[in-house]
Amino acid sequence: MDMQASKKKLGLKERYQVMTRGLDWTPSYQKMEDIYPYVAYEGIKIHDWDKWEDPFRLTMDAYWKYQAEKERKLYAIIDAYAQNNGHLGVTDARYINTVKLFISGISPLEYVAHRGFTHVGRQFPGAGPRVACLMQSLDEIRHAQTQVHSISNYNKYYNGVHDFHHAHDRIWFLSVPKSFFDDAITAGPFEFMVAIGFSFEYVLTNLLFVPFVSGAAYNGDMGTMTFGFSAQSDEARHMTLGLEVIKFILEQDPDNLPIVQRWIDKWTWRGYRVLTLVAMMMDYMLPKRTMSWKEAWEVYFEENGGALFKDLARYGITMPKCAEQIALEKDHLSHQAWSTFYNYGAATNFHTWMPDEDEMAWLTAKYPESFDKHYRPRYEYWREQAAKGNRFYNKTLPMLCQTCQIPLVFTEPGDPTKICYREVDFKDEKYHFCSDHCKAIFEHEPEKYVQAWMPVHQIYQGNCFPEGTDPTVEGFDPLAAVLKYYHLEHGRDNLDFEGSEDQKNFDEWRGMATKNV
Amino acid sequence: MAVAAIGKYEFAPADAIDKFHGAQLLYIGWEDHLLFCAPFAFPFPPSMPFGAIVEQVLPGAFGYHPDFARIDWSKAEWLKSGKPWTPEFSKSLEENGLRHKDVIRFRTPGLTGIKGSCS
Repeated sequence: MDMQASKKKLGLKERYQVMTRGLDWTPSYQKMEDIYPYVAYEGIKIHDWDKWEDPFRLTMDAYWKYQAEKERKLYAIIDAYAQNNGHLGVTDARYINTVKLFISGISPLEYVAHRGFTHVGRQFPGAGPRVACLMQSLDEIRHAQTQVHSISNYNKYYNGVHDFHHAHDRIWFLSVPKSFFDDAITAGPFEFMVAIGFSFEYVLTNLLFVPFVSGAAYNGDMGTMTFGFSAQSDEARHMTLGLEVIKFILEQDPDNLPIVQRWIDKWTWRGYRVLTLVAMMMDYMLPKRTMSWKEAWEVYFEENGGALFKDLARYGITMPKCAEQIALEKDHLSHQAWSTFYNYGAATNFHTWMPDEDEMAWLTAKYPESFDKHYRPRYEYWREQAAKGNRFYNKTLPMLCQTCQIPLVFTEPGDPTKICYREVDFKDEKYHFCSDHCKAIFEHEPEKYVQAWMPVHQIYQGNCFPEGTDPTVEGFDPLAAVLKYYHLEHGRDNLDFEGSEDQKNFDEWRGMATKNV
Repeated sequence: MAVAAIGKYEFAPADAIDKFHGAQLLYIGWEDHLLFCAPFAFPFPPSMPFGAIVEQVLPGAFGYHPDFARIDWSKAEWLKSGKPWTPEFSKSLEENGLRHKDVIRFRTPGLTGIKGSCS
């Protein structure tokens, strides 16, 4: 018997209907709550999943076509960049340290985002959001892969890139981005969507990707710049999804408002704390700067985010309270972060250094209220000492915040001379925090954060040495053992940029192109 | 508040004192000296005399700072959990009432960091 083929092709709208919502069915012999066990416990009430408006009518077949086209272009550029020794065209070898930070701090998060969206996509009873989450999960794994491929070229020539995923799960400061995402994927599906889909992808993403991608462009890194552009159209889709999620949840039931507001408050702060790494990257690690962290915050959060929250006011959503404290910190954040990495430069997978005279002048100009008064004296002292062969390496482990896991490096709101200490007693144990906001997040769900894998405490518990290490033998060097556990080679992957193998090799290789040796 | 969860949600804290092989954690910060980016975390036996910390441990941790050699410990002001507190140097941590994960800070009057910048 011949199959009846329809004469004409489906229109766009019908095609979308058939290939997304049409894929769903109503179960007859299983209960809905057994199929979707995670959809109710967070307290979010959804009455009609069909009210979900898909912001981009994309079907799976079209998705494959678009993505394949982007991949072809991207890989052609990556190949050309590698074949032409593009790495020698970057402004200066210090730039490569931003790439190390990105691959070990951010790319593994793309992979976890992939897992997260796969998980929540499975859990939502509505076919519309399920398909959207599926596509985003594929985007995220594509981003992880293209970043690894672009950056692997640097691994052939420079140190510290060799074991980025091992590093991500172990190195002390990488527990900051790692625990941020772990917190999100261990939440319920709605909190994950507000945390990552809205707060991170919508509110804060421009502060992550724009600085890295434009930083790459300004500093001659075509490879990194190109994966940024390849990801950009996906990011636009993610932002739209994030906003649609918020509107959908809020329109479904008025009881959802306080829950969603609390999540927005929490995740804006959690995301901002992770962006500390971006702040110092912008102000210190890019040899050619794009804009200061403070300027980026003002444009992308205060202006754009301000307009967004005005728009959401009709649902009752207000600007997260933490915005006030962040405004006070914007003159200090990047300097406090870079001071921290300069302190602990013996335990990082990238190099650190003191800004030169021109760079200090740039910092003075961008931060007239704070730089000369609070940070320049410290830097000049460190620079003098380094010139005398007494470069500062802090070898004593710092106290960490139980929520964001950043050392207690932040100062009291409004007083940049005093470290901000906060603490809570919970079930006979003490817990410490960097800020009122991290403390409030803990107080709302203490049982979650008492389990935190705090790198400093783990080292003292003896859990961060290579297998078979005996810390009781005479002359045991804990820092050396911890570096082995991190897979870092002392003197090669860590320490100051000045005198590093990266610096020496880059100069020599670039010299071969311009001199007769 | 309890964690919203699909079942019972109770876990042992990851940093209880029994995990530290007989030591307890003590956090120590030096006010007005942000050259050290954060307070320090130390594992100490509870029987350790407080004076031993000041004499044997703090020089290794804070000694890089030019102010450190100028400290007159008899004038140092101490805070525990942000409140004024007076340690007895000859007594142990335990006898001084220091418990696991307590935080103490000291201020050294007259010493305010590199060029008075609190660095």
